[in-house]
Amino acid sequence: MDITQLAAEEAHNPVLPVWSEVILGLIVFGIVLFLVAKLVVPNFEKAYAERTAAIEGGMKEAAQAQEEAKAALEQYNAQLAEARHEAARIREEAREQGAQITAELRTQAQDEAQRIVSAAHQQIEAERAQAVQSLRREVGQLSTELASRIVGESLEDEARQRRTVERFIVDLEGSSNGSAN
Amino acid sequence: MTTEGRTVLAEFHPPGPSSFELPPIFTIAGVEFTKPMVLVILSGFIVVGLTYAFARRAAVVPGRMQFAGEYAYNFVRNNIARDNIGSEHYMKYVPYLFALFMFILVNNYYGVIPFIQFPSFARIGFVVALAAITWVVYNTVGIAKHGFVGYLKHETVPGGIKGPILLLLVPLEFFSNILIRPITLTLRLFGNMFAGHLLLILFATGGAYLLLDSGNALYGVVGVLSFVLGIAVSFLELLVMFLQAYVFTLLTAMYIGEAIADEH
Repeated sequence: MDITQLAAEEAHNPVLPVWSEVILGLIVFGIVLFLVAKLVVPNFEKAYAERTAAIEGGMKEAAQAQEEAKAALEQYNAQLAEARHEAARIREEAREQGAQITAELRTQAQDEAQRIVSAAHQQIEAERAQAVQSLRREVGQLSTELASRIVGESLEDEARQRRTVERFIVDLEGSSNGSAN
Repeated sequence: MTTEGRTVLAEFHPPGPSSFELPPIFTIAGVEFTKPMVLVILSGFIVVGLTYAFARRAAVVPGRMQFAGEYAYNFVRNNIARDNIGSEHYMKYVPYLFALFMFILVNNYYGVIPFIQFPSFARIGFVVALAAITWVVYNTVGIAKHGFVGYLKHETVPGGIKGPILLLLVPLEFFSNILIRPITLTLRLFGNMFAGHLLLILFATGGAYLLLDSGNALYGVVGVLSFVLGIAVSFLELLVMFLQAYVFTLLTAMYIGEAIADEH
């Protein structure tokens, strides 16, 4: 390094700016700033915005799915409860119907029994009356025969014969009634 | 350096401010382009190309490149811009702060990249340009928000203070908030890069001289030590280069945030 050159260069104070450098710095940084602001920052911000949207969208979707699942579960539970309720109702109804049918059948059976009993009573009554009728007739004949045999005379007079028989029977009935009472 | 009759092979020139005065590489239209100027122009291509490559795909699920870019972008956007300007207005300043951060970062790291090895911001002119832009930006947005007089009052009158003490405080605040800020911004970044590079040159050229040209074996041992220290300082410089880019961007964000704040 030769002395004159060294001296010339040392004359420049490093703290004093060289104006061509200041201007060049302004120009280069100005261009850098412009391009970064136009090309770089918007792209970064776009990526951020899209990422935020994607994450928020995903979260919203998940929340929606959860909501739907919850709604479905509630619906199923409601349906299940309804079905249980329905089953209980049907069971209750069946029980009631069964009881009703039993009661009806019982009544019917009782009626039938009553009817049979009363029919039997009537028949017995009729048969008894018939028996009384025929007995009365036979007793008349027998007693007449007996009387004629005992008395030894034929009671030809029919009217008289009948009267005697009637009187005998009335007496008979009267005595039997009296003894019964 | 001469010792009793024996001529030393070469004389050692310690590095100084002259080490930063590089001869022009070429001249266009009367403007002499030096190495740092070419580096600054190259940094423009690097910053735009790199960040555009990071951001180009803008995919919802980022790839490796985009993830790295988003890491840097997020750092400036959230930790620097949003935390200092406030979540309401910060988006407007993110392009400026991101470009600023990347631009300073690339130019600083030139200092440790082999064959480039010159932090362009060790030339104060480039730093003056950036500090001037920051100064114009924060004052402009402040004036746009509060009006000229309102802004001056906002910056120079501390909240809750009344009375004659203001006669003392207002000039002080004006001095520190309006006049000094661009100068400290410039000197902090420039000084760190300048001093760091000077240190690296010293350890490298000094080590080389002791090892090769001093003609003394014991000096050679010290030369090796000098190289080792140079490597250690390089790692320190890696940290400083990042920190200076961060601090410059952070202070810019703080000045903007303060200028557009509603109250003190």
